[in-house]
Amino acid sequence: MRVKYRLEQEGVLALLLLLPVLLYVVLLVGVPFIMSFVYSFSNVTAGNPEFRLVGIKNFIDIIGDKVFQKSLGNTFIFTLVSVVLVIVLSHILAEVLIREFRGKWFVRFLVLLPWTAPIALGTIGYLWFLDSVFSPIDWLLRSLGLLGKPGAILGPMTNMYWLGVPGLAMASVIMVHVWRLLPLGTMILIAGMNSIPKEVIEASHIDGAGYFRRLFHINLPLLYPVIGVTVLFATLFTFTDMTVVWVLTKGGPPPHSTQVLASLAFLRGIHGGDLAQGAAIALFFFPVLSGIAAIVLSLVKKAVVI
Amino acid sequence: MARVELIRVKKYFDRVRAVDGVDLEIRDGEFLALLGPSGGGKTTLMRLIAGLEKPTEGQIIIDGEVVNEVPPRSRGIAMVFQSYALYPHKTVFKNIAFPLVVEGLKKQEIRKKVEWAAGLLHIGHLLDRLPSQISGGERQRVAIARALVRRPRVLLMDEPLSNLDAKVRHTAREELKLFQRGIGVTAIYVTHDQTEAMGLGDRIAIMNEGRIRQVGTPDEIYNEPADTFVAGFVGIPPMNFIEQDDLIVGFRPETFLPSELISDKDAQRFRLKVERVENLGSNRLIYGTIGKDKVISNLSSRFNSIKEGEEHDFSVLSQDIRYFGKDGARIKR
Repeated sequence: MRVKYRLEQEGVLALLLLLPVLLYVVLLVGVPFIMSFVYSFSNVTAGNPEFRLVGIKNFIDIIGDKVFQKSLGNTFIFTLVSVVLVIVLSHILAEVLIREFRGKWFVRFLVLLPWTAPIALGTIGYLWFLDSVFSPIDWLLRSLGLLGKPGAILGPMTNMYWLGVPGLAMASVIMVHVWRLLPLGTMILIAGMNSIPKEVIEASHIDGAGYFRRLFHINLPLLYPVIGVTVLFATLFTFTDMTVVWVLTKGGPPPHSTQVLASLAFLRGIHGGDLAQGAAIALFFFPVLSGIAAIVLSLVKKAVVI
Repeated sequence: MARVELIRVKKYFDRVRAVDGVDLEIRDGEFLALLGPSGGGKTTLMRLIAGLEKPTEGQIIIDGEVVNEVPPRSRGIAMVFQSYALYPHKTVFKNIAFPLVVEGLKKQEIRKKVEWAAGLLHIGHLLDRLPSQISGGERQRVAIARALVRRPRVLLMDEPLSNLDAKVRHTAREELKLFQRGIGVTAIYVTHDQTEAMGLGDRIAIMNEGRIRQVGTPDEIYNEPADTFVAGFVGIPPMNFIEQDDLIVGFRPETFLPSELISDKDAQRFRLKVERVENLGSNRLIYGTIGKDKVISNLSSRFNSIKEGEEHDFSVLSQDIRYFGKDGARIKR
């Protein structure tokens, strides 16, 4: 009986119910984070059990490292371009999908589909799409006469070599990543658009506003909090993502044209065995991402909630 | 200012006939109240005039021009929504200014006009606030100011007072009427509240099941109802109906009085079985039956000799009796 009453006390029950989550966060997030923090100030490698603190040597090393600088730059380009594309494209898609039309469910289904596929599998599909010899995109371009003939717009070569040319490789990585994030952005924005009262939009029609005036004066300002959330998620997912890069290019083509921080940390820390440097690189996410989160969350707070 | 004409206007949503063949003319500078039960098609009719919906059939004419294909912004109309539909992220000033900004007026001119409209509605001190920081009554004024600032030809109002509490509603009603007369705008006012319609409307259009049942002055609607629907909808309590042969006899509760109060010979007598007496302070409602028909008498409170359970002689002056056919339509005698 006593046990039963104990359970009814709010504090005890709450603790019990929260325990699984707490354990999860502490063991799978907290411990690895602290470990990587400690590793980044040490000389740990995969092959050497010796552990010695070396201060900020790892950080000095990577900051002076050309490959790291390139990866850092790539990460920002990758993130910025992807997020902008995701926001613009998902806004367009959401605008279409809140309207009533025949076969709407089917289009919604298609838009959501990328979200249901495992990232790695979807990306492997794109690996074939972007194949250096058998790419169906190249095939299409050739049959349209845009590629593979002397004087064709995209050049006389038979293939584009999407993943073999530095600029094209980055564009391909961004394209695949945008494809993958689009469903999330679209769904968040549809929810946001549905939360704007219909009468407010109608009032703007009556007040004489045309499409663009309505977009920039009414819709977008009212969507700021929701767009803020989308930017936050898209940035987090892009900045820390290595799946797309790793499956498509492994950071190549040389010299590290699509290398990003996440893939570089994996390359150095796991493939190269230099756990300490890998941890130091991964730790670069922390200030950048917490900064981004703080900015976006304060923006969301400032925006008017209906 | 403008004249609005509707010619055989229909609006079907799939199979639902929201508006089912409406002919209506709203005169220049008139205040027309569109009254009817919920779901009767009033709001849809207003949205058709505003251009927020396209009619399935028929013509909507403003000042002689067919506006069926004209978008809302070019119709010269303004609308006050039931929820006010203020822009939550804009200050009161920017809310009122928005239609003018869209028009592309100069800043100075916008300021002048906004201050004019705000002054008219006594909200000049609220201009820097956000809609979330002002009261319901104030929001309603802002919505009206925003509607008027462009000097529309037609002002449409969709139950603008329904979100206000009773006290504020009463003063708001008075002000609204004075104000509409003052600027002389043609106004169409949707409501399901007959007190509002009677008090505000120069004319009232009664609407039910997508059709206009009657259009007339408040007096006409009350005293000369076109059918049993209008007679039963308008008036609190509504008109009494008694079946006599192939007719329906109707009379207002306040004309249905104990026989001793009526000296005129030209009256119809009824034997009323009194079931319940309700004292409302200034008046007294007598609920009873004549044969199998339930009727109500509305008496002055001072008349207190009628008791529950007894039978009493009641009379109605012949001039106060209205006759209807079995189909509900009025029969003039």
